[in-house]
Amino acid sequence: MLVKKKKRAGGEIPTASLPDIVFMLLLFFLVTTTIDMDKGLGLVLPEKGDSEVKVNPKNITNILVNASGKIALSHEGEIRLIDVRELKQIARQLLSTNDKMIFSVKTDSRTMYKVYVDVLDQLKQADATRISIVDPES
Amino acid sequence: MRLQRKLKTEAGIPTSSLPDIIFMLLIFFMVVTVLREFQGLKLILPEAKKIAKLEGNKHVSHIWATAEGTISIDDQIVDMSKVRTIMYEKVSADPQLTTSLKADRQTEMSLITDIHAELREGSALKLNYSAKPRE
Repeated sequence: MLVKKKKRAGGEIPTASLPDIVFMLLLFFLVTTTIDMDKGLGLVLPEKGDSEVKVNPKNITNILVNASGKIALSHEGEIRLIDVRELKQIARQLLSTNDKMIFSVKTDSRTMYKVYVDVLDQLKQADATRISIVDPES
Repeated sequence: MRLQRKLKTEAGIPTSSLPDIIFMLLIFFMVVTVLREFQGLKLILPEAKKIAKLEGNKHVSHIWATAEGTISIDDQIVDMSKVRTIMYEKVSADPQLTTSLKADRQTEMSLITDIHAELREGSALKLNYSAKPRE
């Protein structure tokens, strides 16, 4: 009797551990993935060259920040010291009475960046769109 | 003769398609993963509430500035006077470029103003002050 040898199409890769391998890869990518989008306060700088525009003093509010982080608000010759947390409310009020209001931020050259960002943040929270930045005198 | 009925209560989740599902997940994460391009400098970003997301990382260039006044662009420490040329080249290569300024919260404004001036000279006008969201 001829015993026919069963033809074995051998040479197979064992696939039993495939899910494990893929899991490992998956975990690697899960751990390395950083979906940290850059976040921040956007601003468009004016083009170079002198960009002095005459503005009606009614439409401008100066925000002065000194080296120690104290903030003064000057509008039409009237100066008052304010706290940074009040700025949002004040800016809202000013904008509601005059929607053309420009906020001009002027800092000392030794002012902390943090305070400056706080001021900008407050203005942004009050939905102020016209913000001007004055270079400090050195 | 009592016929014993075979109990067939194997309620298993079909696992035959598990590798395929995991493969899909794997491919998703492989596509999404962007290995961090630049190390940057060690600094603490300021906090802000009203922050906007930058769209993608494609048209963004980062400038790091520490409290000590060190400036780094693309992991290279540069002089303040070089910023304008570097940024000018970047902007001419990609006009949609936004500069993301990552400055330490203790940085003095004179440095920030200098960077402003350099960016204006280099025509890189779209600026973003990188900040952490405040709770």
